[in-house]
Amino acid sequence: MLKHFLTLEWKSFFRAASFKANLLIKIFMVFGALYFMAVFLALGVGAFYIIEKAGWGDPLEIVNQFMIYYLVGDLYIRYMLQKMPITNIKPLLYLPIKKQLVVHYSLGKTLVSFFNWSHAFFFIPFSIVLLIEGYAPLGVIGWHLAMMALIFSNNFINVLLNSKDRLLYGLLGLAIVLGLAQYYGLFNITDYTAPFFHILFQQPWTALLPAATLVFLYVFSFRYFKKYMFLDAGLAGKKSTAKTEDYAWLNRFGNLGTFLKNDIKLIRRNKRSKTSVMMSFFFIFYGLLFFTGSIETYDAPVWKIFAGIFISGGFLFSFGQFVPSWDSAYYPLMMSQNIQYKEYLSSKWYLMCIATVITTILASFYIYFGWEAYLAVLVGAIYNIGVNSYLVLWGGAYIKTPIDLGSNKKAFGDKQSFNSKTLLLTLPKLILPLGVYALGHYVISPAAGYVFVALSGCIGFAFKNAVFARIEKIYKKEKYKTLAAYKQKA
Amino acid sequence: MITTQNLTKTYGDVTVLNIEHLEIPKGQSFGLVGNNGAGKTTFFSLLLDLIEPTSGHISNHGVQVNSSEAWKPFTSAFIDETFLIGYLTPEEYFYFIGELRGQNKADVDALLAGFEDFFHGEILGQKKYLRDLSKGNQKKVGIVASFIGNPEVIILDEPFANLDPTTQIRLKGIIKNMAADKEVTILVSSHDLIHVTEVCERIVVLDKGQLVKDIKTEAETLKELEVFFGG
Repeated sequence: MLKHFLTLEWKSFFRAASFKANLLIKIFMVFGALYFMAVFLALGVGAFYIIEKAGWGDPLEIVNQFMIYYLVGDLYIRYMLQKMPITNIKPLLYLPIKKQLVVHYSLGKTLVSFFNWSHAFFFIPFSIVLLIEGYAPLGVIGWHLAMMALIFSNNFINVLLNSKDRLLYGLLGLAIVLGLAQYYGLFNITDYTAPFFHILFQQPWTALLPAATLVFLYVFSFRYFKKYMFLDAGLAGKKSTAKTEDYAWLNRFGNLGTFLKNDIKLIRRNKRSKTSVMMSFFFIFYGLLFFTGSIETYDAPVWKIFAGIFISGGFLFSFGQFVPSWDSAYYPLMMSQNIQYKEYLSSKWYLMCIATVITTILASFYIYFGWEAYLAVLVGAIYNIGVNSYLVLWGGAYIKTPIDLGSNKKAFGDKQSFNSKTLLLTLPKLILPLGVYALGHYVISPAAGYVFVALSGCIGFAFKNAVFARIEKIYKKEKYKTLAAYKQKA
Repeated sequence: MITTQNLTKTYGDVTVLNIEHLEIPKGQSFGLVGNNGAGKTTFFSLLLDLIEPTSGHISNHGVQVNSSEAWKPFTSAFIDETFLIGYLTPEEYFYFIGELRGQNKADVDALLAGFEDFFHGEILGQKKYLRDLSKGNQKKVGIVASFIGNPEVIILDEPFANLDPTTQIRLKGIIKNMAADKEVTILVSSHDLIHVTEVCERIVVLDKGQLVKDIKTEAETLKELEVFFGG
C-alpha cells in the first residue's frame, strides 16, 4: 500500500506543471538552494563562535534564552506557509484503503516537509560544535533530540491549529509583547523559559518530556483527523460568511473606482493576496540592515538608494509583479466585458502608487537614523512611482502564471516568473537607479545623486500617457497567449 | 447581425473549427448543438475574441471582433465559471458588471427583481461568496449577469447543464421571452436536444468543426436531430 502512495507522490511531484521549466532555470534553482544550505550551515557552525567572541556569555545558554522566540516564530511561519496534509486525500476516501492508513500517511507526509528538516541545518552543526568544544556528550545529545522533538511538535500543533486564526494571533501578540517587555527591561520571560531548555542539557533524561509531548500530539492529531475525516467536517474547505460591501466613496472615480473597489476586495478576501501585502509590510524593515550598519558591504553609499527602493516598493514588487495574474481566475470575463485596457491598467497603477505613498509614510521612522536615510526612502518612492510602477506592469504582461487566490502555494515566487524578459526588466528596476545615483554621487556630490534619481522618477511620471499606450499595446499582443496560459491551472 | 467568413481554428495539424459562411440575423434565437469536441465552445470563444482565429473572421454588427473592441458594449456572455469573480458576493458581482455596462445600482436592482423566481431564494442576501455557491447557483448568477445592461447579443454556453429541473423550465421561459424581443440576438449551445428545439428558432449542428446541418425549427426538428445523433 505504501508503495502506491509513494508512486502517487512521485508522479504528482514530477508531473506538476511548474516542474517543466527549462534546464537553465533548474540549475539556477539548485544553486540557490545550495547557497541557502551553505548559509544555514555556516550559521549553525558559526553561531557558537560568534556568541563566544562577542562575549555575551555561554553560547548554549544564549541560544536557550532565545529558543522560546525561535519556536513561536517557527510556528508562525508554518501557519502562514505550510500546506495542510488533508488536501489530497479526498480521492482516496472511497477506495478500499483503511481510513487509519490514510490518516497515518497524510500526517506522516507532513513530517518530511521542508519546514521540519530545514532546522537540522542549524541544530546539527551547532550540536557538533558543542561536542567539539567539550560539552558533555550525553547532555548535548539529549538537548539536540529534545529540540528536534519540539520542532516536530510544532509541526503537529500547526496541523491542529489550522484555520484557528484567533488562537495563533493571540499567541503571536503575546510573544511580541513579551519580546518588547524584555527589550525595555520590564519583564523577562526568558528568565523562566531558558532554565527549562537548559535542564534538557543538564539532565539529558528530561529530553523524554518533549519526546512524550511529540508522541501525544501525534496520537491526538491522528484521533482528531480520523474522527473528522468526512467531506462536511474535517475535509470541508473553510467557508467564511460574506458581507456585501459598497465602498461608495470610490464611485466618484468612475470606471477607475469600479476596478479599485474590486482590487480592494481581491486583496482583503483572498489568502494569497493577504500574504503578499504582509510581505510588503516586512519589506519596510529591510532597510534596517542597511542603515544600522549591521552588514558591512551595505555601507557603500549606493546601497542607500537600493534600500530606499525596497523599503517603499514592497507592495509594488510583491503585488505589482503579478498583474494581471491576480485576475487570472476570471480573465476571460475581463477580456469580454466592456473594459478598456487603459482603465484596467490605470487602476492597478493607482493602487501601487497609493500603497507606495502609504509605505513611505509608515517608513518615516527611518528619520531616527538621520534625515539622509529617510531622504533615500523618499527618493526611492519617487523612482518607484515614476519608473518602477510601469516596469512591473510591463513585466506582468510576460508572466503568464495563473494564481490560485485561495492558497499560499508559490507565494515566494515561481519558476515560470523567471523568464529572460522579466529578468531583463529587473535591471532598470534595481540596477539603473543605483547607476544614476552613483553618477551624481561620484561626479558631483551625494546630494546630486539623490536629485538625479528623483529627477529620473519625475521624467518617467511625465511620460505616463505615452508609456501606458505602449504597455497597453503589449498587453493586447499577449492577450491570447495569456488567456491560454491561465486556462492551464497549475 | 453576426457574420462568419471562412473561419478556421487549427491546433497543430488538427482543425477544430472550419465554418465557411454563417449568418445570424439580428433578433434571432440561435441554437448550436454537437457532440463533445464539435467546436461549439471554440466558436463562442472566437466570437468573444478569447482565442485567435487561424484564418477568416467574425463580424458582430459590422465590427470585426479580432481587430476592434467596439463590439464589447452591446455583447455579453456566460461561458463558464471563469466569467465569475469568486471572492465577490452575488450582489457585488451584479453591481460590478452593472457599473462596467453603465447601469447604476437601482437599474441592476430593478433587473434582479424580475428574476426572483429564477433565483429561488438561493442567491441574494445569502452571505456567501460566489466561490462558495454550488455549481448550479453559480450558473444562475452568471446567466442573469449576462442580461445586465440591455445587451443586443447574448451568448450562453450550455446554460441548461447543472441546473435543477425547475430552474431549467424557468430558464426556457426567460430565453423565449428574450427571443420574442426582436432587438436581442441570443446564441445558446446545448447537449439537450429537447431544450434547444424548444427555445431556438434556428438550430445549427456542428460535427468535428464542420457545419453539417442548418435547420429552421419546426415540429419535426427534434426527431430529425435525434435521428442524426442516434445514427
